Amino acid sequence: MTVQHDPSVYERIQAGEQFQELRRRYRSWAFPMTIAFLVWYLLYVLLSGFARDFMGTKLFGNINVALVFGVLQFVSTFLIAWAYSRHAAAKLDPIADELRAGAENRDEVGEGAK
Amino acid sequence: MSHETLSTILFVVFVAGTLGITFWASRNTKSASDFYAGGRSFSGLQNGLAIGGDYMSAASFLGIAGIIALSGYDGFLYSIGFLVAWLVALLLVAELMRNSGKYTMADVLAFRMSPRPVRTAAGVSTIVVSIFYLLAQMVGAGSLVGLLLGVTSQTGKVWTIIAVGLLMIVYVVFGGMKGTTWVQIVKAVMLMVGAALITLLVLGKFGFNLSGLLGDAAGASGKGEAFLKPGLKYGTEAQGIWGKIDLISLGLALVLGTAGLPHVLIRFYTVPTARDARKSVLWGIGIIGVFYLLTLVLGFGAAALVHGKIDKSGNTAAPLLAQEIGTQVFGDVGGTVLLAVIAAVAFATILAVVAGLTLASSSSFAHDLYAHVFKRGQVTDRQEVVVARIAAFVIGAVAIALSIFAQSLNVAFLVSLAFAVAASGNLPAILYSLFWKRFNTAGAVSAIYGGLISAVVMVIFSPVVSGAKTAMFPDVDFHLIALSNPGIFSIPIGFLCGYLGTVLSKEYSASKYAEIEVRSLTGIGAEQATGH
Repeated sequence: MTVQHDPSVYERIQAGEQFQELRRRYRSWAFPMTIAFLVWYLLYVLLSGFARDFMGTKLFGNINVALVFGVLQFVSTFLIAWAYSRHAAAKLDPIADELRAGAENRDEVGEGAK
Repeated sequence: MSHETLSTILFVVFVAGTLGITFWASRNTKSASDFYAGGRSFSGLQNGLAIGGDYMSAASFLGIAGIIALSGYDGFLYSIGFLVAWLVALLLVAELMRNSGKYTMADVLAFRMSPRPVRTAAGVSTIVVSIFYLLAQMVGAGSLVGLLLGVTSQTGKVWTIIAVGLLMIVYVVFGGMKGTTWVQIVKAVMLMVGAALITLLVLGKFGFNLSGLLGDAAGASGKGEAFLKPGLKYGTEAQGIWGKIDLISLGLALVLGTAGLPHVLIRFYTVPTARDARKSVLWGIGIIGVFYLLTLVLGFGAAALVHGKIDKSGNTAAPLLAQEIGTQVFGDVGGTVLLAVIAAVAFATILAVVAGLTLASSSSFAHDLYAHVFKRGQVTDRQEVVVARIAAFVIGAVAIALSIFAQSLNVAFLVSLAFAVAASGNLPAILYSLFWKRFNTAGAVSAIYGGLISAVVMVIFSPVVSGAKTAMFPDVDFHLIALSNPGIFSIPIGFLCGYLGTVLSKEYSASKYAEIEVRSLTGIGAEQATGH
């Protein structure tokens, strides 16, 4: 079982400027991006259901809009995943590391359960 | 040598190898952290491969290639939902869960709630979702082996289900998370190599001209250009508006379900830090994405080259394509070898997925229901592991029995139902727990039961259970709803229940929310790797 900590420790960290910055950087990237890729995906599904002639439009040879749109969903997924890992490494990890080191140095919080 | 003999030999080699791994893993599985989370000592790449091995079921390999081979473009649509879903896991769930949880999905949900009701709800949901998924896989295994090995008798199917079930029990009971993870890693490598090889041969045959391949596929299918655009399988024009709503409903369940599937979530606990959890999802996205692009070529390749020979379910499309392209490129022996390889890969695929599902449900039974609900946390590590092993055995046995009972029924819909339940019940509870300050016990319990019950009830009264030729019970008709996929209603119902349950209850703890928010974002106090 996890050791019981004094909960006010977490509240103090939570109220701190550094943590508020970490929280803001995380949420202001992850939340809008989630909405964006869900909308982009739903647009694809809606077009597949309701705009089939458009999706069937040939672009070159037998390659049509539907195929390109589908492959673009793969491309956008790969790009968003890559962009998130860059964002997290540059903007989130350093603050999280500092906060964690600070808390462990002051021995405010014990280790998790073994 | 016939391909059946060769397949059997390859399969025996795989089973012997994985049993060896399981034996090794069992000697290194002592603590609860070893059994549930593999000692949290897998690397990001290893766990990424295991994520692929856990996720890419026979339904995605043979099933999606088959749908593309028979109905063209619509199979691709299915795989896109499966892939994009991983962004939800990457951006919102994986790292925060690794930081704040321990062994199961319920650990995160129960963190700041009254543990017993929340763990009961999460345990029930985990076991229901996993058993649905398990049944679809095992019944599918029965008919698949029949097709691949030419075993057509009912007894043959029953023995296949029993053999698959027993192997999965052995992997989980003895190997725990370590054994299961290695089985999944080996399977992922086999699957990627096998699929890439066939894809290269098919593309080579068409001079790496994708347009030419698509043209031949459309021509051979007899459906012309319609074969290359959406609409032949999901939401056909003949089904009218409800068919199209059904398509959107399926799309929603696929994209939101993954990040709520218990057997997916527990994979995030097998790495030392949240950063490794992020890396493993990145690897997973790469592997799964490339794999689905390969199945696109496999499906259209099968349509172009072996269209007339594929069975009604489409499951034989990839194996037949392997045989055909092998024969064309390397002669008869080549065809036999490639068919045997693909058949063996399909068996490996089934085993790796069912083992992951059995592990998720037995972990939740032992850790959530037994240790925290029945025993109120008064158990030792050792007792928990013993109970988890017994639970794996019992759940495995129940799954074998149910699968034998259901073997002649069409239960393929259970996979999309599992995704719908995960998206409607589990996902709202997880997201609210991590991000909503006000969320509480009543909210968590309402979200899980609300989503679970609404999805299951809607499916019971849908055309996949009764009232259609392809239904589970085609001879009776008690269907009330035109939709086969409940997601479009059950997902908002789950989120709404979570909201209402929360605001109608006064319970609220700012300090517990501070704890989960700080821990989930910083990794302070996160579970450490034990490693050996």
